[in-house]
Amino acid sequence: MDGLLPELEVLRKDFPILSRTLADGFPLVYLDSANTSQKPQVVIDAMVDHLERHNANVARAMHQIGAESSAAFEEARDKVATFLNAPSRDEVIFTKNASEGLNLVANTLAWAKGELSVGEGDEIVITEMEHHSNIVPWQLLAERTGARLRWFGLTEDGALDLSNIDDLLNERTKVVSLTWVSNMLGTVNPVRQIADRAHQVGALVVVDAAQAVPQMPVDVVASGADFVGFTGHKVTGPTGIGVLWGRRQVLEQLPPFLGGGEMIATVAMERSTYADIPHKFEAGTPPIVEAVGLGVAVDYLSAIGMDNVKAHEQAITGYALEGLASIGGLRVLGPRTVGNGGERGGAISFEIEGIHPHDVSQVLDSRGIAVRAGHHCAKPAHKRFGVQSSTRASSYLYTTPAEIDALVDGLEYTKKYFRMS
Amino acid sequence: MTTQNLDSLYQEIILDHYKNPLHAGLREPFEAEVHHVNPTCGDEVTLRVHLSGSDDRAVIDDVSYDAEGCSISQAATSVMSDLVIGKTVPEALALHEQFLDMMQGRGGVEPDEEALEDGVAFAGVAKFPARVKCALLSWMAWKDATSRIIGELGNKEQP
Repeated sequence: MDGLLPELEVLRKDFPILSRTLADGFPLVYLDSANTSQKPQVVIDAMVDHLERHNANVARAMHQIGAESSAAFEEARDKVATFLNAPSRDEVIFTKNASEGLNLVANTLAWAKGELSVGEGDEIVITEMEHHSNIVPWQLLAERTGARLRWFGLTEDGALDLSNIDDLLNERTKVVSLTWVSNMLGTVNPVRQIADRAHQVGALVVVDAAQAVPQMPVDVVASGADFVGFTGHKVTGPTGIGVLWGRRQVLEQLPPFLGGGEMIATVAMERSTYADIPHKFEAGTPPIVEAVGLGVAVDYLSAIGMDNVKAHEQAITGYALEGLASIGGLRVLGPRTVGNGGERGGAISFEIEGIHPHDVSQVLDSRGIAVRAGHHCAKPAHKRFGVQSSTRASSYLYTTPAEIDALVDGLEYTKKYFRMS
Repeated sequence: MTTQNLDSLYQEIILDHYKNPLHAGLREPFEAEVHHVNPTCGDEVTLRVHLSGSDDRAVIDDVSYDAEGCSISQAATSVMSDLVIGKTVPEALALHEQFLDMMQGRGGVEPDEEALEDGVAFAGVAKFPARVKCALLSWMAWKDATSRIIGELGNKEQP
């Protein structure tokens, strides 16, 4: 199979959990990486080492280990900036997850004065394939400011319907927020094209890259976006840390998000002044050891090469789509092929006639196969395709063709179990 | 989870009710209609209750529903409606309490087959904490609808 990472069995040894066996002696087949990725030993070791040897608060501890901890934390910011091709390390803000990054933008826009302010008569544009975390913050912004929320619809094959783009993006549009890669459909959206159109009408562009950063090279400048957010735990890093990259000019114009320590320049009882970016947006003690883990995670991915990770994902996803197509009564929601340019992410949601997704995942789990069942925090996209929920298999750089075979066999077994074949 | 456990979860009785649910569909007359959702998985039920009166000795003349969800939640709705139709409200509440005890007993509660009838098939579900809420969704909907007709019910609270 073309595109697979070389020496996959050796690479898999980097991830201790992948050697686990579950009930009845079934080996773990982990196909839930769009939910959270597994962690390589180097990430685990770096976090343990930091806690064992360098633990101290950052930026305010004047002792030697305080300096070590601060250096490790800020070094992680450098690594992330390099990984994203960010023009400046100061544009990399650590959050607790991708949701917080999106909420940071939506909230500070609600409070912004002047050019960035959002109010009645203004419009906010999202899409019907968004994760709830890229819907609800914008609904709140619309409610708080009187602005109108609008959205791109979807085509039958799971792409954005751009036929009314001239109507949707107009002089009233203040912000456009969209996912780069759908967590449910696997669709890869034309971010650059939409960003360019949005900028022509003077709108800000926010990109939810939670599913994009793990599986393809992401260059924030080339994306054309003003903000790009993702989360650490989907890129082989830990939970508890996310990243919001923003263009310096916009970040400097926005008011602070949370108030507290770290984000101030000086505080008096009457009023305070604020730190420069990125610390202006990082109130309180940050996720220090999580940042250290994230820094090592992006280095790990860079050493493998994100082009190679992407090629691997495309190969496995194509193989999985072929396998799923062989199962009678199974319908894939979203693009059914990877496409020549590789325009498909690794999340594959599907339904099987007559068997509820929870029951599918329960039977797969009895064979050691971990998938996700439910609405995947994308209820509107499910509604668009006339289903209440789906089963989702999602691969990553450690997924093997044999694991896809196990999934296909497991699904045939599931159909037999519920007497659907 | 072992295959043996899988069979204890998916009892034949449960699969039968899933494929051929009893009392399904929304019917007239009814005094209360509720819509309950399990937000973690998206299971939904719209449920109507028709009582013979509005005092707490009223007989449950009908429970009708439109439900979408997994085999466990669908079968539980079918079994629940079949159990409570024809009973008085206090009798149905007592059954609800027995069912709840069994579901929260992590598989350690011996159910009373005489009382719970096909409901005992859900004893295996109690061993799967993630699925317990599937089996309880329609019971909670029934209790909610009934209390809207006759006021607060003297049943212990859900966890």
